[in-house]
Amino acid sequence: MEGGKTKMHIAVTLNGKKYDADVEPRLLLVHFIRENLGLTGTHIGCDTSNCGACTVLVDGKAVKSCTVLAVQTNGKEVLTVEGLAKGGKLHPIQEGFWEKHGLQCGFCTPGMMMAAYALLQKNPSPSEEEIRRGISGNLCRCTGYVKIVESIQYAADKMMMAERKMEVPAK
Amino acid sequence: MGHGVKRKEDPRFIQGKGNYVDDVKLPGMLFLDFVRSPYAHARIKSINADKAKALPGVVAVLTGKDLVPLGLDWIPTLSSDKMMVLPTEKVVFQMQEVVGIVAEDRYTAADAVSLVEVEYEPLPAVTNPMKALEPGAPIVRPDKGTNHVFHWEVGDKAATEKLFSGADVVVKQELYYPRIHVSYMETAGCVADFDQVRGHLTLWMTTQAPHAVRTVAALVTKIPENNIRIISPDIGGGFGGKVYVYPGYIVAAVASIVTGHPVKWINDRSDDQPSTAFGRDWHMTAELAAKKDGTMLGVRIKTVSDHGAFFGDANPSKFPAGLFSICTGSYDLKGGFAEVDGAYTNKPLGGITYRCSFRVTEAVYAIERMVDVLAYKIGMDPTDLRMKNFIPSNKFPYKSIFGWTYDSGNYTAALKKAMDKIGYWDLRKEQAEKRKKGELMGIGVSSFTEIVGAGPSAQFDILGIKMFDSAEIRIHPTGKAIARFGTKSQGQGHETTYAQIIAEELGLPIEDITVEEGDTDTAPYGLGTYASRSTPTAGAAAAMASRKIRDKARKLAAHLLEAREEDLVWERGKFYVKGSPERAKTIQDIAFAAYTNHPPGVEAGLEAVDYYDPPNMTFPFGSYICVVDIDRGTGQPKVRRFVAVDDCGNIINPLIVEGQIHGALAMGFGTSFLEEIKYDEDGNVFGANFMDYLIPTAVETPKWETEKTTTPSPHHPFGAKGVGESATVGSPAAFVNAVVDALSQGGIPHIDMPLSPWKIWNALKEKGLAMEA
Repeated sequence: MEGGKTKMHIAVTLNGKKYDADVEPRLLLVHFIRENLGLTGTHIGCDTSNCGACTVLVDGKAVKSCTVLAVQTNGKEVLTVEGLAKGGKLHPIQEGFWEKHGLQCGFCTPGMMMAAYALLQKNPSPSEEEIRRGISGNLCRCTGYVKIVESIQYAADKMMMAERKMEVPAK
Repeated sequence: MGHGVKRKEDPRFIQGKGNYVDDVKLPGMLFLDFVRSPYAHARIKSINADKAKALPGVVAVLTGKDLVPLGLDWIPTLSSDKMMVLPTEKVVFQMQEVVGIVAEDRYTAADAVSLVEVEYEPLPAVTNPMKALEPGAPIVRPDKGTNHVFHWEVGDKAATEKLFSGADVVVKQELYYPRIHVSYMETAGCVADFDQVRGHLTLWMTTQAPHAVRTVAALVTKIPENNIRIISPDIGGGFGGKVYVYPGYIVAAVASIVTGHPVKWINDRSDDQPSTAFGRDWHMTAELAAKKDGTMLGVRIKTVSDHGAFFGDANPSKFPAGLFSICTGSYDLKGGFAEVDGAYTNKPLGGITYRCSFRVTEAVYAIERMVDVLAYKIGMDPTDLRMKNFIPSNKFPYKSIFGWTYDSGNYTAALKKAMDKIGYWDLRKEQAEKRKKGELMGIGVSSFTEIVGAGPSAQFDILGIKMFDSAEIRIHPTGKAIARFGTKSQGQGHETTYAQIIAEELGLPIEDITVEEGDTDTAPYGLGTYASRSTPTAGAAAAMASRKIRDKARKLAAHLLEAREEDLVWERGKFYVKGSPERAKTIQDIAFAAYTNHPPGVEAGLEAVDYYDPPNMTFPFGSYICVVDIDRGTGQPKVRRFVAVDDCGNIINPLIVEGQIHGALAMGFGTSFLEEIKYDEDGNVFGANFMDYLIPTAVETPKWETEKTTTPSPHHPFGAKGVGESATVGSPAAFVNAVVDALSQGGIPHIDMPLSPWKIWNALKEKGLAMEA
């Protein structure tokens, strides 16, 4: 146990900002984000990696931050819900969840949106089936999922449209 | 009102700025964790915490003995029983809290938990409530001397006996409604902060009923009620499970008093699931009597309910079996009798919970399941049988045989709409074709009647506190408003719907109205949010308080317009002089005048408070139809379609109502197909975490199709009824009826939930219908 308390130095880029910290090797990434960095948007819903409330992106890949050690993110880039909106403008995924009533209690929402973010990076126009599979590692107890699927479809459409607009001047 | 406006609370949630209890961080805050019992029933021989105390960072260790001098080793439950906080003599369920460890951080607390040595002497456990009621069963509660908790009954036993013996047809079926857990995404937790100088306790906690908690805390701890402040911050789902007061809250408060530091306690999921309140666990034997032609005569249900080690059902005090007497459902019956016997077992406390409005779920499941059993027995289509026996729409208000006065309903219209939408008769044709080919397809119907909005003070109280609810509205000089309520949203969207009600009543823009709940220092007293009661009670209070404000605004407008009050006409957002619409004052003008130019004899300010005591319950209803296909090779059921027609009276926000229905349908789906907490004979719990307790994911959850009919409540100020739990109440019978309908060709009369592929496949195998590899 004492060995576990010997601190290690890590340098992590989180939401574009660089953080240096000395942490216990056993410290979970989710606790590092929530308690050391004070960003409480990432939630903890279980202790068996089933619920996905703690989902964040590490180097672009969705991970459950309760199952990753903070030291494993040394030298990596982490994106959390707090990093989605840019310059006071909501990300299309956030817009989608608001427009389509994709949340009720809001507890699973940050993790759900991060899972959706990772999904849309890989697959910009997913089918309903693909969306459902893409968020199958994230549990929601309030919505019955239909509205979450619609929220993600909304975001996908909006992101595709934005992409097309950006392509126009290039042509 | 009636518009699907986007929710006012969402911007903080979608940006990670919600404020849940685990987000509360105070200077010097310590962390509480628990040593839990590995046994379901055992005497505690000794507790040795020396090694834990020696661990650097450990601040305090609390056992049951430490709570005795404070009188907090046991506390009252919501059902006038008592429950252990920490044990002094013996443990009564597996995973019960035994020792509290307070440390500087949660990792150290968890380390210390593993260093505590508790010596137990295992005792024989009892986990089956029927066995618990037999003579010679191990006694769970020596203070009670018996495992029998209560007997409750309703109806005329002898007359029902006669009705049944004279009936052409009687069907009988044993129905078990399994023990389940609400599995809110946020586990239970709190931050307790005792100010030694002021003698003041602030408790941020995951509670659905902050005011009731404050009063009970004052009575139990002897801390004066004005020195207790309960703050219920954003809550990550409640579903009834956060009505209860758990040992963690009490021990955290004591730890804060003892250490002089704020103390946080957050349950790990694997601790929460097996130790916090369960739902259901209701063993029924149900019977239905009818004439040959399908005219239903009466219902008879005998139930044994499992309450765990403490009777703590979150029920109104006069209703130990909740509102189970709604079990006559949507049908015009001649007679009936229902009885429930409660049993103590070696399991955690609970009962109720889970989006189910006080045992209505069990009642609806029983009657809707039995209607189908009867339909098969007499060879009648289940929709025809329902149509034949519905309470006719011209009989409302309808007095049920068990004494409820249903406020309004139109059951035929809802079922017809559901049948049209899903194409019922075509599906029956398809089913007949499939049967010829040996394929298993089932159609299940449920036409439920809910009972919500507890409740009228003559009948409804919790520990003596009447079940009104409240709204307080203050209009600021610039015409903006703050409104506070005795309820507490856990995702239901109160900040939006309450603002919509006030906007409708006063003509203010929704964005000008701030809604606050959950802080007992600022909100008016109310009994909280559960059992779909917020719209029927606090929503009504919002309308009534707005109308009081309008009455005062009329006086102010009369003064401003130099007209008589009776000559003024209210039109959304303004008063004008009858016949001269140009002579008008807006609500904003009037608000400003209330602080700057109020007439003699009228008090300054523009605010009102209303404590709404509903004259009756409301009775939402609906009809659900489910289509299921079953794989004969694996027993896997697949819900192909699910149509839900709900009637919750007038709707405030259709978007939120649809969301509530979807969510509750998913919970009903989970109950029907996936979820169960089980115990073996020794009291070992199964389903104690999210690996073993399956809640629906997006993959298996059906795509819900919803419709509505609108039958306003005649007694609610704006005709609303409440909707949060309708689908949890109504849907399980539709799922189970669909699966049993698919299996009925094999003569399989019933399967208890959860309808796992394994159970279905075994039932098929028994009848030679399973396809084997």
